[in-house]
Amino acid sequence: MPRDFTLPDLGEGLTEAEIVKVLVREGDVIAEDAPLLEVETDKAQVEIPSPMAGRVERVHVQPGQTVKVGAVLVSFADAAASPAAPARAAAAPKPAPAASAAPAATAAPAAAGARRADGGPAPAAPSTRRLARELKVDLATVAGSGPGGRITDDDVRAAAGGGGSAATSRAAATPAASSAPAERTAPTGPARPLAPVGLQPPPLPRFEQWGPVERVPLSHLRRTIAERMALSAALIPHVTHFDRADITDLEAVVRDGFEPARAKGIYLTLTSFVLKAVTTALVKHPVFNASLDPGAGELVLKRHYHLGVAVATDRGLIVPVLRDVDQKPVLDLARELAGLAQRVREGKAALDDLRGGTFTVTNIGALGGTGAIPIINYPEVAILALARARLEPVVRAGAIVPRLMLPLTLTFDHRVADGADGARFAAEIVALLESPGRLLLGL
Amino acid sequence: MVMGDLVREVDVVVVGGGPGGYSAAFRCADLGLETLIVDGDGRLGGACLHEGCIPSKALLHVAHIIAEAERARELGVEFGPPQVALDPLRKWKAERVVGKLAKGLAGVARAKKVEVVNGRGVFEGSRSLRVEGEAPQTIRFGHAIVATGSEPAALPGVTPGERIMDSTAALEVPDVPERLLVVGGGYIGLELGQVYAALGSRVTLVEMADGLLPGVDPDLVQPLARAVGKQFAEIRLGTRIDALREVGAEVEATFGGPPARFDRALVAVGRRPRSAGLGLETTRMRVDGRGFIAVDGSCRTDDPRIFAVGDVTGEPMLAHRAMRQGKVVAEVIAGRPAAFDNVVVPAVVFTDPEVAWCGVSEAAARAAGREVKVARFAWAASGRAATLGRADGLTKLVAEAATGRLIGVGLAGPGAGELIAEGALAVENALLAEDVAATIHAHPTLSEGFMEAAESLLG
Repeated sequence: MPRDFTLPDLGEGLTEAEIVKVLVREGDVIAEDAPLLEVETDKAQVEIPSPMAGRVERVHVQPGQTVKVGAVLVSFADAAASPAAPARAAAAPKPAPAASAAPAATAAPAAAGARRADGGPAPAAPSTRRLARELKVDLATVAGSGPGGRITDDDVRAAAGGGGSAATSRAAATPAASSAPAERTAPTGPARPLAPVGLQPPPLPRFEQWGPVERVPLSHLRRTIAERMALSAALIPHVTHFDRADITDLEAVVRDGFEPARAKGIYLTLTSFVLKAVTTALVKHPVFNASLDPGAGELVLKRHYHLGVAVATDRGLIVPVLRDVDQKPVLDLARELAGLAQRVREGKAALDDLRGGTFTVTNIGALGGTGAIPIINYPEVAILALARARLEPVVRAGAIVPRLMLPLTLTFDHRVADGADGARFAAEIVALLESPGRLLLGL
Repeated sequence: MVMGDLVREVDVVVVGGGPGGYSAAFRCADLGLETLIVDGDGRLGGACLHEGCIPSKALLHVAHIIAEAERARELGVEFGPPQVALDPLRKWKAERVVGKLAKGLAGVARAKKVEVVNGRGVFEGSRSLRVEGEAPQTIRFGHAIVATGSEPAALPGVTPGERIMDSTAALEVPDVPERLLVVGGGYIGLELGQVYAALGSRVTLVEMADGLLPGVDPDLVQPLARAVGKQFAEIRLGTRIDALREVGAEVEATFGGPPARFDRALVAVGRRPRSAGLGLETTRMRVDGRGFIAVDGSCRTDDPRIFAVGDVTGEPMLAHRAMRQGKVVAEVIAGRPAAFDNVVVPAVVFTDPEVAWCGVSEAAARAAGREVKVARFAWAASGRAATLGRADGLTKLVAEAATGRLIGVGLAGPGAGELIAEGALAVENALLAEDVAATIHAHPTLSEGFMEAAESLLG
């Protein structure tokens, strides 16, 4: 009997991935853990290893195709029954843990018509089905609010993201329900969801009337960035606070430690000290290490400190995450950060490298500039941008002295915190950066 | 560089200029893709326009006029026996119908700057197509669309000839044979059998299955079966042709009895995909046991740069399915989120009475264990049918029991081929019986039957 390998549950709201490369051909006999496919999700490009050994009977996907979690990627012929691989009998395919953990009901490939459990097509007009394809919604999972359960455009838009964080928190409580449509349990009648946040952009002018133009399709990553930035900017009232830290003393510490660290293979940077300072400040100002749950009317304070660090790649912006920054010495952070950034740039980051962040730091100093106002990495509450540190004339004890000044920009969610909170939090970070001793002691 | 070495580069090459091919090519051109059609006959329209849907409908129109004139006698109007002149009939069909439409298509192609190359296309890998013929060349393509269609299937062990015709030959109407044997009781055999019967042939129809139009809802077939029962000299169901050969100026056929003689025979035992000789083995395309090219929900073959549409991809082999697939493929290639996710592909048999259906049949719904409600509206109760002197029609609806959603529509009767459009619209858009019942249908029309049947589902 052939065994199907399906796209495993990627977690963190990731429901689909784009196939970048198929690394096996039909008929290939491959070992367990041999690379099968390269896929790109909203968050990373990852290599999917084979969960079993055996002969590849059928490859169901092609590069460029977007597949949903649960879709069959590759079918393996049963190695025991395959005359081509008798020598491998001992290494008979083990059940794939990833595959068995995937939802039992295999999602239909995105391209095909959505079929319901009873075999009938999802009841929707062709225009609604087109909208579902555009918004990448699997109609088979959408409960229609129209007559007889007919799926409307609004149902599709709600399933595409209007469902909001209430659904997310429910899904977190019961992972099995994560792909099920939000249930309508309101006792007073049919659900009345808030109007979708998405603004319909007005039609563009015909640019051709003013001169030649070229149209370039967005890459998967660019599209994701665009969607997430628009979501954040539309949903969160952003407020930005500016500050500067005198890092002359800290710079001396970095310079002192640089060579000894390099001897241990660690590239010591200012960023790892900033991560430490931010985390220490976050412990004292927990509202900045949180997410707002407007559906529940609650603030979700996170008792873990996973910091995202924005990395520019040739494909676009990616934000890998350093875990448990509060528990790690600066040296470990520097080592981890270098490894992480390299994996991201090579497109080899694992999904776990890219999710679960609680606060984001972005350092644009390498590229110059005197400051930038960042957009919050939804659904976090705040983001800190660092610009280039410069030697500047500073008045100290009545005298003008040259000091190394680092411009900091803190953008935060005004629904969660006020200007004074932001100022105190930023001041805490500045104080830590200006006092390397305190910083290293974590005080 | 010699002519044979000419290499052209295009965004999209379409192999086959039939309805699937030209629909795809025109839409590609609309979307800004440089597109070329390679057609083995150097023409647009394919079998549909030149030796299928269109010429057969032209002949059926003639048969319809003859039948109406006959029926008029019952209403007190006498025209006298028809005098059929084949030359003007063939000329009208070839020039005023097929020729005019072909010119129209060529004009559209010119306007959209889609060039049609006359030659046989053979793939040489996943990026290039060799064109054999009057202008040999190699075409490097960004994407290719295979739309090579289908051709009449032959009867095993039977050599076609002057008097043993396939549908293409029969549509030329070489003469009106006194005795015509039709092998196959599917839509082609019935349509052409009725044409020849109206022109004056004594038609004998032999079908292997136990009923006409195998696979179609028997409720819908019944009015047609009654009609051809009167028009044809003989209908033999459950009967296999043991031997069929030309003997002098006659055809000798054996089907469970002594050999019978006919003046001509029409073999209409289905169509088969044209997937051979295309060089598919140089690509990653896959062909199934019956010769159909395997495609996914976007009509993409196993070769990521190559798509396939129409008859060469499987049943139902219908031009309008191919046209929709062609447009979908063009959009997919242009990067739009299109999919061939159509719920229904309506089917029409253009006999008299016509038979048409779409969606799920009553039998299929029950076989799949779906809870359904079925409504039948006999046209005997239709005012419009009465004024036409035609009470032999039927409108049949299949609805989901729980919701009243229409999932299948069947029609038999004059004009069924036009009326099915409303059924397709309703099922494709997931309408409820209530929606149809509450929509005002003009009176008196045959379309009222749809509303009446829907009302009866409401209880």
